[in-house]
Amino acid sequence: MQKIKALALAMAATVVAGCASLTPGPDYDALLKKMMDDSFRSEGIATKDRLVQDAANEACSKAQGENPPDEIVAAIQQAALKSVRMPSDGKFTGDWREGEKLAQNGRGMTWSDKTALPKDNGGNCLNCHQVTKEEVSYGTIGPSLYHYGKDRGVQDPESMESRPIVEYTWTKIYNSKSYNACSGMPRFGHGGLLDEMQMKHLMALILDPKSPVNQ
Amino acid sequence: MADPMRIRAQAAGDKATVRVLMSHEMETGQRKDASGKVIPAWFIQEVTAQLNGKTVLTAQWGPSVAKNPFLQFSVKGAKAGDKITMSWTDNKGDKRSDEATVS
Amino acid sequence: MRKLCIVLALAAISAGALAQDKSAADAIAEYRAMLADGNPADLFEAKGEDLWKKKRGPKNATLEQCDLGKGPGVVKGAFVELPRWFADTGKVQDLESRLLTCMENIQGFNSKSIAETPFGQGEQVTIEGLVAWISAESKGMHFNVPQTHAQEKMNYELGKRAFFYRAGPYDFSCASCHGQAGKRIRLQDLPELTKNPGDGVGFAAWPAYRLSSGEMWGMQRRLNDCYRQQRFPYPGYASDVTIALGVYMGVNAKGAESVAPALKR
Repeated sequence: MQKIKALALAMAATVVAGCASLTPGPDYDALLKKMMDDSFRSEGIATKDRLVQDAANEACSKAQGENPPDEIVAAIQQAALKSVRMPSDGKFTGDWREGEKLAQNGRGMTWSDKTALPKDNGGNCLNCHQVTKEEVSYGTIGPSLYHYGKDRGVQDPESMESRPIVEYTWTKIYNSKSYNACSGMPRFGHGGLLDEMQMKHLMALILDPKSPVNQ
Repeated sequence: MADPMRIRAQAAGDKATVRVLMSHEMETGQRKDASGKVIPAWFIQEVTAQLNGKTVLTAQWGPSVAKNPFLQFSVKGAKAGDKITMSWTDNKGDKRSDEATVS
Repeated sequence: MRKLCIVLALAAISAGALAQDKSAADAIAEYRAMLADGNPADLFEAKGEDLWKKKRGPKNATLEQCDLGKGPGVVKGAFVELPRWFADTGKVQDLESRLLTCMENIQGFNSKSIAETPFGQGEQVTIEGLVAWISAESKGMHFNVPQTHAQEKMNYELGKRAFFYRAGPYDFSCASCHGQAGKRIRLQDLPELTKNPGDGVGFAAWPAYRLSSGEMWGMQRRLNDCYRQQRFPYPGYASDVTIALGVYMGVNAKGAESVAPALKR
């Protein structure tokens, strides 16, 4: 009787031990979601719904600095490309002087900004990019844009000859994830951060042969 | 009375290097608050340093000096054990005086 | 005195700008080194030591029995082991969260209202002094944030996920700026926080006195302003995400020398 009991107990212990190793670890996805939800509140224009991730942000976050799986990268880039709206009048550039002011302006979209309207937002460009030679206070998170148009042989940004590079540049500003799923650059057009005219001014800043960027 | 100054005085050879950190808002009078009202000027106007009771430095400051000013100077003839007294007066008539011993 | 130094430093910067861009950043580094002697954080340290030893609050008690992780009243070395798990509250806490606990339990303050007080006002000013002094008591020591308790390990994992969490209108995460080495925003160098970025840098450089605004910032305020610039909603003071991030960064900075309270632009 004792022997059977001992054996039964041993078998039970083995089963329990087996179950313990099959028990999954903490559900970090769920715990993360709860932590973010509990920790933040809305303030000014920075409302709590900003925590909601779209497919691109969710995939790139989970990849933790690496690239997500190829199929996901492709899907993100295709969806981004589809979101791009070319300029309504077919003209791609505005005034590089206005573009320079926008590039220098780092304001917009924080809880200490008054509105979320494009007219109150800056391009934030110099935070991450070199733009002109003269401005030495530039960031290095993104590549240098100095000589952007010149290096690409753009003599007339509105010409058919330059159309491919001009459309590429517009797409990059409108939705950077079109060409790089986990790009660090904000999606200025898709996100409604800048309006069409503002983006044209930035296009002129880097593509217009007369702009200081291309001197 | 305002917060105390932090004074360090170190002798080396025939002189002592004195470093003083003063706690003061140093408002220029040019800034405006959130409602648009000008924040009144409030800054240290006169600074005096004394070595064993004898004045060795006076300074006239204005609104261009930054908040929580740091002052560094060297005094000839100071040695370990001597007393340094720092005093300031601001444009509101507030005063502060602190002492330290040269080490 | 300082105006003259600023003028000289700016002259050095503009002269340097004609050469390469690197010398502009170098000139600013020299200017900061010049200012490092005479850090106004010293003034906050003095205030903090007084506040630790002063009878305050509805219970008219000092903070001298506050346990910062190394036993009641032990301040030396406590800073470089935070955040950590505490038995009495059953959770992982950073320095500021722990001060809320002590200010409430020992002194009778309402920690919820202190957490809701805007930075730079009311008892938040008390905390500025306290963190300056408490961190100074560990100056020169090396970070050794514990990972022994299950909750400490869980906080690390959640902190890492929070660090890479991209959201908001700019799609920024902490990693957007702090996920690689050798980058900067404008002329402000960015420490890489996924690993130990070095002595006195990143996690090891806060609390700090910010020269540009004349303000003493603790880690909570630093994280708060990070999230503001990431265009996120507002993180609660001492909320779970701030603690988790502190664990992640603190553990990554293992061995780094603490220079807090430091001097920043």
